[in-house]
Amino acid sequence: MRIALKTPALWLGLLFVTLLTGMPGLSPVFGWAFPRVRPAVFDRAGFVELFLSHLGLVAAASTAAALAGVAAAVFATRPAGRDFRTIAALLAAAGQTFPPAAVLALAVPALGFGARPTVVALFVYGLLPVVENAIAGIEGVPEGLREAAQGMGMTPWQVLRRVELPLAAPVILAGVRVSVTVAIGTATIGSTVGALTLGTPIFDGLAGNKLPYVLQGAVLVALFAVVTDLLFAVLARRLQPADRR
Amino acid sequence: MSEPMIELRGVSKSYNGRAVVGDLTLAVPRGALCVLLGPSGCGKSTTLRMINRLVPCDGGTIRIDGEDALRPPVEALRRRIGYVIQSTGLFPHWRVDDNIATVPRLLHWPEPRVRARVHELLEMLRLDPRIYAGKYPHQLSGGEQQRVGVARALAADPELLLMDEPFAAVDPVTRDALQAEIARIHEATGKTIVFVTHDIAEALRLATMIAVMDRGRVVQSGTPLDIVERPASDFVRDFVGVQGLGLKLLAVRRVRDRLQTGEQADGEPIDAGATLAEALAAMVARRVGRLAVAEGDGRVVGAIALGDLVR
Repeated sequence: MRIALKTPALWLGLLFVTLLTGMPGLSPVFGWAFPRVRPAVFDRAGFVELFLSHLGLVAAASTAAALAGVAAAVFATRPAGRDFRTIAALLAAAGQTFPPAAVLALAVPALGFGARPTVVALFVYGLLPVVENAIAGIEGVPEGLREAAQGMGMTPWQVLRRVELPLAAPVILAGVRVSVTVAIGTATIGSTVGALTLGTPIFDGLAGNKLPYVLQGAVLVALFAVVTDLLFAVLARRLQPADRR
Repeated sequence: MSEPMIELRGVSKSYNGRAVVGDLTLAVPRGALCVLLGPSGCGKSTTLRMINRLVPCDGGTIRIDGEDALRPPVEALRRRIGYVIQSTGLFPHWRVDDNIATVPRLLHWPEPRVRARVHELLEMLRLDPRIYAGKYPHQLSGGEQQRVGVARALAADPELLLMDEPFAAVDPVTRDALQAEIARIHEATGKTIVFVTHDIAEALRLATMIAVMDRGRVVQSGTPLDIVERPASDFVRDFVGVQGLGLKLLAVRRVRDRLQTGEQADGEPIDAGATLAEALAAMVARRVGRLAVAEGDGRVVGAIALGDLVR
């Protein structure tokens, strides 16, 4: 518990939850600062509702990206998948150079408005860091260890499960961390195609020239991303080899 | 003549059309410590790795304990063969005890039996279980890591042990201790060991049988004494080295073969299993011409004199 009290994740997390639930309570402050905007706090949807929807989109897309990314990396590092390695890296990189707005624009005609195109865009966008890191992590396992594992009679699956993945885990996690953090920020633009996210007040504010809405949405998205990143940092420390903690 | 433990017949391997091992034939008797000796690139490591099929051979037959080694599932074969490599290959995320338990756990031994075996092996390798079992590989010295590597290879009590330049990366003092350890384990367990090295001194010290390799073939195989005294070709003569031949002969002969039974001498006795080179070194260091000789159990059995070395 002493360690938990020292982590900024806890304090920033508390701040985040407080703002999320208590934003309407700040109405007088925003009303004083922005006298011409009424209501002074975004009220088309509750912030908690927006957050939960935002979280759901990111969780769905990032989980899929993490699983697919690691699976692709595992395949790319098998003898049978050697040819796939270049293609996988190339595809994932191409996904990254595509602006998420463009992915959204392309996904909407196929999938309609709302959450679905957003999840697809986030998935495509989040794949690269996972694939890249997972390949680097698995390839970073010293050849001697793989040889020893095989030489002792581990099956290919056992080598992967007991040696390669545990040793690559910190690097893979770093990739997932980047992927998720980026997804939290990027998910906001899902609001332009009708998904409910913490970006909704931002785009509402921008469209209606209501600066406080932009501010409320932006602060919450930023805190959400920072707290998540810090939680990953805690997880990464846990995942360090037991002897090096 | 009983059946050899390992029999390679006409074995070959090429990479990109270049033959690394060509038509190699070798029989290793049961209980032998066979050293594959040769310059780097002679195919000795490839030959070793064909025995546990880490390198698939292109042609020929390999029999282990009379059975076709190319037939059974490769994992089943490897779990019966201990394997030690130069880089130790210890899993850095597993503790010493878990590293040693690798193969027994792959074989689904009951956990109490695994733990007892790990304990036994740590003691055999002179690593105090209370201190070492819970450590991680990076907390050990190079020599300790290689001891754990040997313990891990022995864990499931394999009939055969393959060692690929296991001591090439450790300092000379540690290497000396590890060689003594292997000699002792070989003697105590009677396991068949195939040991790859390019170090002639290491080969002479450990081997009961040496196969000298050059360009993918065995150019001579025989006892260390054969190799040193009757090299079959100029290559072998050059590789074994003419210089210091006398000292090399001392290094392959044992005190046991030259001692005068029942004789007495003063001072700390030397082990009967020691080489004549070691006896000579002890005489020079102590400035004496005679040493008492004791068997491994400490019982004094005779003496050896300077003159006995040149008989």
